[in-house]
Amino acid sequence: MKIGVLALQGDFDAHRRRLEELGAEVVLVKKPEQLDGIAGLVIPGGESSTFLKLLGEDGVAKLKDFVHAKPTFGTCAGAILLATEVENPKQAGLGALDITVRRNAYGRQADSSIREGQFLNDPIEMVFIRAPRIERVGKDVEVVATEGRDPVMVRKGKTLAATFHPELSDDPRIHRYFLDLVSNGKRG
Amino acid sequence: MSQNNGHTTTSLRLKTGLAEMLKGGVIMDVTDARQAEIAEKAGAVAVMALERVPAQIRAEGGVARMASPKKIREIMATVSIPVMAKCRIGHFAEAQILQELGVDYIDESEVLTPADEAHHVDKHAFTVPFVCGARNLGEALRRIAEGACMIRTKGEAGTGDVVHAVKHIRQIVQEMKILTVLSEQELYAKAKEHQAPYELVKMVARDGKLPVPNFSAGGIATPADASLVMQLGAEAVFVGSGIFMGKRTSCTQCEEKHSYDQNCAFAPPAEAERRARAIVKAATHFNDPKVLLEVSEDLAGAMKGLAVSALDEAHMLQTRGW
Repeated sequence: MKIGVLALQGDFDAHRRRLEELGAEVVLVKKPEQLDGIAGLVIPGGESSTFLKLLGEDGVAKLKDFVHAKPTFGTCAGAILLATEVENPKQAGLGALDITVRRNAYGRQADSSIREGQFLNDPIEMVFIRAPRIERVGKDVEVVATEGRDPVMVRKGKTLAATFHPELSDDPRIHRYFLDLVSNGKRG
Repeated sequence: MSQNNGHTTTSLRLKTGLAEMLKGGVIMDVTDARQAEIAEKAGAVAVMALERVPAQIRAEGGVARMASPKKIREIMATVSIPVMAKCRIGHFAEAQILQELGVDYIDESEVLTPADEAHHVDKHAFTVPFVCGARNLGEALRRIAEGACMIRTKGEAGTGDVVHAVKHIRQIVQEMKILTVLSEQELYAKAKEHQAPYELVKMVARDGKLPVPNFSAGGIATPADASLVMQLGAEAVFVGSGIFMGKRTSCTQCEEKHSYDQNCAFAPPAEAERRARAIVKAATHFNDPKVLLEVSEDLAGAMKGLAVSALDEAHMLQTRGW
């Protein structure tokens, strides 16, 4: 199974390593045409504003088509990209998940933290780095992980977004969950 | 690294975690909110807040210190990307002030005038992550032992001459390669030779890379320069004077209102933005000559620069740090 990792900038290599450990064949996607041959896409952490600059108008259009049609998992900056609405500052989104996301909602690097949250009702470590917060969850969107009262990972169909960085923890459960979504279609 | 309790491990992961997010990107030196805006608009992943860019420090001389908190605060309020700031080597009080201010990363930098001739800042004592410069593997590992969470080559800042950024990344990469084929016994001798902790030397021998992200800085002025150091193994680039400096190297009349004429040391904002965009694209597509040609073609020129080979040892910034 070929999984793309958007590799314009950010911690794409950490995702690549994890996905390969789980048996996926990984394609580092730097150009829109590379989206054609892959079964699913991971949009990594990094700077969402930089991703948008690097994609350009054509790249955004092509990526938008992809994320509306194929399984996609966004972490942190990737989650910001997948949202319908982005605050602080307002920014274009790909609109694949009906959520409102606030960038840097917890503060600056000093407020980055490693916390324990719940993923499908099981405890899991979550690494938050200058993290965004999901401030509104649309009615078709399911919350699959929480930290305290905050939804931190949400899903609609085969589209998944997390405000933390599972690629920076040793626990493979979340990437496995995504790979299951890609291969089985519906889960649960 | 000497401390091995849960807290240290935890914060090290958070500190290197932010550096992970910057990989493949360009961190740009800025001296005010206006430049920071240009950098963010062009796609910088972070900005480095400075009083003067290295080329100015070189031209004007004097003691170079931490930027004024007011200026850093203005920059932090203007952009949504991470903001870094420099403190002098060994000046832990400047670092304390920068941490209190809430900057996202501190660069303990040879570009500023050193405050201590023997000691670097004990970076483990801080929650804010640090980046430090290095010319070789031993220096990189000494900084990591002190708590640096990102290493950058020193190069020769403010020259626009990439030659020493290349020298330093090649040196570090080669020294790491050598470690990977040595026996345990030989590693002890190497640790002594590199004047670096054995545990870290062993870690590099095992992984073939530094335990923290390895970026490049010091003289990177064009998209081709960024591509060069990344092809040699750098994971991201710092661009200092290369974006905002013009064809001249010094200027006496450039406070706030630049005329952008031949006598000004700065590049006009539109040109600075074009250069910034081009370098950002080059960092992403560093191994794609087609894209590199495309972005290079859009540029009118680069900073005039200063050949490193013509510099006296006394004027080198890279020899600062121990």
